[in-house]
Amino acid sequence: MAKRKSTRGPLEYGKSPWLILFGIVTFIVLYAPIAQLIAFSFNDSKRNIVWRGFTTKYYAKAWNDASLVEAFVNSITIAVMCTVIATIIGTATALWLWRFRFPAKAAVEGVMALPIVIPEICMGVAVLVLYSRVGHWMRGFESGPIHWWNELFSIWPLNLGAITAAHVAFSFPFVAVVVRSRLAGFNREYEEASKDLGASEWQTFWNVVLPFMMPGVIAGALLSFTLSLDDFVITFFTAGPETNTFPVKVYSLVRRGVSPDINAASTVLIIITLVATIIAMRMQAPQKSEG
Amino acid sequence: MTKPIISIRNVTKRYPGVVAVDNVSFDIMPNEFFALLGPSGCGKTTLLRMIAGLETSGTGDIIVDDQNMEGVPANQRPVNMVFQSYAVFPHMTVRDNVAYGLKVTGVAAAERAPRVEEALEMVQLGSMADRKPDQLSGGQRQRVALARALVKRPKVLLLDEPLSALDAKLREHMQLELARLQQVIGITFIIVTHDQDEALSMADRIAVMEKGGVRQIAGPEELYEKPHSRFVADFIGKINLIDATVSGVSKSGVTCKAKGLGEVIVPHDGEASGNVSLAVRPEKLVLSAEPPASGSDISARGVIRDVAYYGDVSNVFVTCSDGLELAVNVQNDRAAAGLLENGREVYASWHPSDTLILQE
Repeated sequence: MAKRKSTRGPLEYGKSPWLILFGIVTFIVLYAPIAQLIAFSFNDSKRNIVWRGFTTKYYAKAWNDASLVEAFVNSITIAVMCTVIATIIGTATALWLWRFRFPAKAAVEGVMALPIVIPEICMGVAVLVLYSRVGHWMRGFESGPIHWWNELFSIWPLNLGAITAAHVAFSFPFVAVVVRSRLAGFNREYEEASKDLGASEWQTFWNVVLPFMMPGVIAGALLSFTLSLDDFVITFFTAGPETNTFPVKVYSLVRRGVSPDINAASTVLIIITLVATIIAMRMQAPQKSEG
Repeated sequence: MTKPIISIRNVTKRYPGVVAVDNVSFDIMPNEFFALLGPSGCGKTTLLRMIAGLETSGTGDIIVDDQNMEGVPANQRPVNMVFQSYAVFPHMTVRDNVAYGLKVTGVAAAERAPRVEEALEMVQLGSMADRKPDQLSGGQRQRVALARALVKRPKVLLLDEPLSALDAKLREHMQLELARLQQVIGITFIIVTHDQDEALSMADRIAVMEKGGVRQIAGPEELYEKPHSRFVADFIGKINLIDATVSGVSKSGVTCKAKGLGEVIVPHDGEASGNVSLAVRPEKLVLSAEPPASGSDISARGVIRDVAYYGDVSNVFVTCSDGLELAVNVQNDRAAAGLLENGREVYASWHPSDTLILQE
């Protein structure tokens, strides 16, 4: 019996049946839950266990659930505020680390990146302890001449300030890291050429440095948007009784059983996150030849 | 007498542990094409950047058109620079790159447009004005950098190794192009280069730098024919350096005892004493099978060790007595045919007046 000769080249792993199988299994394990979540958001059944036919009524139901919509709007609001603030702070940090030399710079860079590696639960507890301290201190204003100060923070969107501040704290290092790596590719001669041609420091920043780092800034902004939008742990620790975000709300609803309207709302969130991530990746794609 | 456009007076620049520019002084005249030539690390780029105002905290004075540049920032100096990497802004079109320097200094749009077009025409980039830099070749990007600097109408144009990134053919073309541009515009060009051919073919005057100091400033011909030091003689072109000891100075010249040559008399109008180097260019030497007819020629008998054939010329290396090695440039004409064989015994001879005496 003649042995069948393999038609596979040395690096053509794509033709190996085992490898193809492995890839398929991996994809199923990764995406089956999400696919099922999306599919069952269209399921015409209250219990959401057996498929009972197609419907979009749960999207309408989710839309009409005031507390769910409020949580959703809160999440988006926090994400937008967090993105704006974290992008400004993160970009400024990146510029500072790139532009200046100062003692213990390496240590500062390391400390700045800490929130990326610190477990979220620790951040959550730390922020909770800090806020309870601040809250205690702020209660002292209630009888004082600036009692309006505390009232100010019950007005939307300032009532979301506590959560936003916590989100900024963990997301701005991501912005800084992304912008910093973009700036590492900046040719200092661009800056010198700009000044040589008569531009001031500020004109040089505005016309030459900023356009160069813009892809990094946008990628960092989208990153912090997605991070803020789906954060649960830190938000759970910092959300007050009156303020709810979408992930925290979903968590409280799930404890009473998963109904299709949660699927529907989650699907919307997935789509928002996905779109933001795709844009971020395209922004980060390496530029064509430069200089 | 015309006044210099640039005066460099006792300029020194120290980095921790190194003196990059060491007490340099010279003048550059209006409309001159001036070259700063030297090996890498000799301080030529630092000096150029000091003129541009991109390197600060040096000592000494840099005077451009009667104005001391002390404390004048780079963006207010009447000089412009073409960078080694060209530094053409990648996010702007060619036209925007050229217009940039006018825009940031508040030149009105109505005046800007014709000046930009004129500068683009000058470097023959009119048809590429709307392209982005990544759609241009290296040579075209360099033209953008040139136009961008020239549109500012600087009193002096500074060029930092402008041709080093181009291939040999294009480099030769751009050498001519730069020389032509300089003549058309009539402003002073200062070019930094490590390539002696580039400096010799383009510049009116050349400052040869070594270890932060200027060793000699002269026109190309004088620099080549009458170098003042071993360093300059060796750096500019090829040269035979023969160790010798001065034994006497008379009206007819300097008598010295040279390695492999014995006693020779060389015409010389300066001082000479002790250990010196006799320097003679390879193209001044003549090879012959018989001893030279003229008795006054300096000659050495030797054996051809190596022949490097370059088409029009051959570089021949002759080993003489006492370990003396001579490089000889031979035109590949009929006289050379049959002579240039390895191992053949020949006479290498030259006229005494082609010999330079370089003090150690």
